[in-house]
Amino acid sequence: MSATRSIPATSPASLEARAVVKRFGRVTAVDRVDLSVRPGETVVFWGPNGAGKTTLLRCVLGVVPFDGTITVCGHDVRRDGKAARRLMGYVPQEIRLPGHQTVSETVSFVARLRRVSPTAALAGLGRWGLEGLAEQRVQALSGGMKQRLALALALISDPPVLLLDEPTSNLDLAARRELMEQLEQLNAQGKTLLVCSHHAAEVWRIADRVVVLEHGHVVAQDEPEQLGAYLGGEALVALTFSSSQKDEAAALLRRQGFTVMTNGSARQIWVRIAGDRKLEPLRALHEANIRILDLELHSAAPGHDGHTGR
Amino acid sequence: MWRSRWFAVMAAAFAALALALSVLGTALVGLAGVAGFGRTTASLLNLVMLIVPLMGLVMGAMSLAGEREQGTLLTLLAQPVTPTEVLLGKFVGLAAALGAAVIGGFAISGLVIAKAGGWAELGDYLAFAGLTVGLGVAHVALGLWISVTSRRSASALGMAVFLWMVVVIFGDLGIMGTTVVLKLKPAQLLWFGFGNPAQVFRLAVLRVVHGDLDILGAAGLYAASRLGGWLLPVLIGALTAWVAIPLTIAWAQFRRRGAL
Repeated sequence: MSATRSIPATSPASLEARAVVKRFGRVTAVDRVDLSVRPGETVVFWGPNGAGKTTLLRCVLGVVPFDGTITVCGHDVRRDGKAARRLMGYVPQEIRLPGHQTVSETVSFVARLRRVSPTAALAGLGRWGLEGLAEQRVQALSGGMKQRLALALALISDPPVLLLDEPTSNLDLAARRELMEQLEQLNAQGKTLLVCSHHAAEVWRIADRVVVLEHGHVVAQDEPEQLGAYLGGEALVALTFSSSQKDEAAALLRRQGFTVMTNGSARQIWVRIAGDRKLEPLRALHEANIRILDLELHSAAPGHDGHTGR
Repeated sequence: MWRSRWFAVMAAAFAALALALSVLGTALVGLAGVAGFGRTTASLLNLVMLIVPLMGLVMGAMSLAGEREQGTLLTLLAQPVTPTEVLLGKFVGLAAALGAAVIGGFAISGLVIAKAGGWAELGDYLAFAGLTVGLGVAHVALGLWISVTSRRSASALGMAVFLWMVVVIFGDLGIMGTTVVLKLKPAQLLWFGFGNPAQVFRLAVLRVVHGDLDILGAAGLYAASRLGGWLLPVLIGALTAWVAIPLTIAWAQFRRRGAL
């Protein structure tokens, strides 16, 4: 993606974050983050669950209190949050809307908040394949349709900056591919995209720059190609089992010397594997008659060991 | 959604009970020989003091806490709005809904009374209705304060019901008990009453309807003699403070807390 567009290095920043710190009690979720994002740049915040990606995105939105300063197109998100948010669209991981409202009521409400004609906003639903669903209740929409609605709402006033929090996490493969194409189109139109993700394939596809977060710190940031070399051959494998076999699988892999993370999931575990051992966990599980229901391979950032492992 | 249904049920119950009281009051005309707004006001007072604070507290408490719990508050605050606008929008909307329910109940009841006893003392009745709206709005503000501090709607509801019991159920008992234990003087008793919006409301309504506060004993007599013509403005000011102070605290905490 970076090869097809040129981002002027001298443009004023879309986003400037300085010494951003966000604490929840004793836990520091975002720790002294500095960041500058140029207009039209696609920056992916990448890291495991709990790294601080979502919290950082919420700080950028100005919807949670934090220390430090963040400006979006020159507007301080704390002092001038309303003006800053007018320039940002936000797509959460799972959009939460009043379920009893219809799609058209929801679109009209957000359009009024963003000073856009509700009629024009409703007319634009066709762009997102939602034209036939205007009178449907939001709670009756499928996950994919909700995500389309979230994107439609985020872009209702055509803001220059778009924030997306794990936008593909609740989508099937086809919907995921479709969303990635839409993001590529938006980026080609010159939108600045800030995306949280832990899906390596997506990161590599759309990112101009990857910011690797670990324990709330920025541990690395570079172009995806450069970062790939930096990360080396290690991988994180997400394995899904039946809930009755998950604990057995995790115990087996730990005995084999792998770092296993559960992240509270009832059925999924994450295994950190050296580049030359990628098949070993699968073989061990197969020999133990533990059935793998799904598998996802991700590249891993350095320094993950143990922090979420249980 | 359930909150709307709950509010509709409470508003209907309030209207039905107010109507029942007014019908009962007018039916007794033959026995007592008098009817009209003044007579019904006295019987409506207890109903109002029981139901309206509960409606206001629960409506306020469930508003932001429910949205925070469902995640819709984050969606809302991600839009180009300020926390102040969101809080004030909630407050105005809830206050308007409660005010409409109260005025609806009073209007139905008023028509029945007027048909039986004429329009005498209508002004007092309207002042009573206005003070009732003020009582409800004060409890909406208190409910919003609870809502801002609560992460879950269940805990907000629990706190709202607890506060309702303190204000309405234990309010009188508390004052009586404290008076006995601490041997409060009438002046102290009066200022103690200002610490409870329901007591402020009751003093104001009795002042409007009866003109004097003999019915409230020494504290009532002291209030009337000490403040004289200023008593009603002071009471209305106190009720306004019971709106403004919780709302200001809620606003400060909401700004500090954000969407989570």
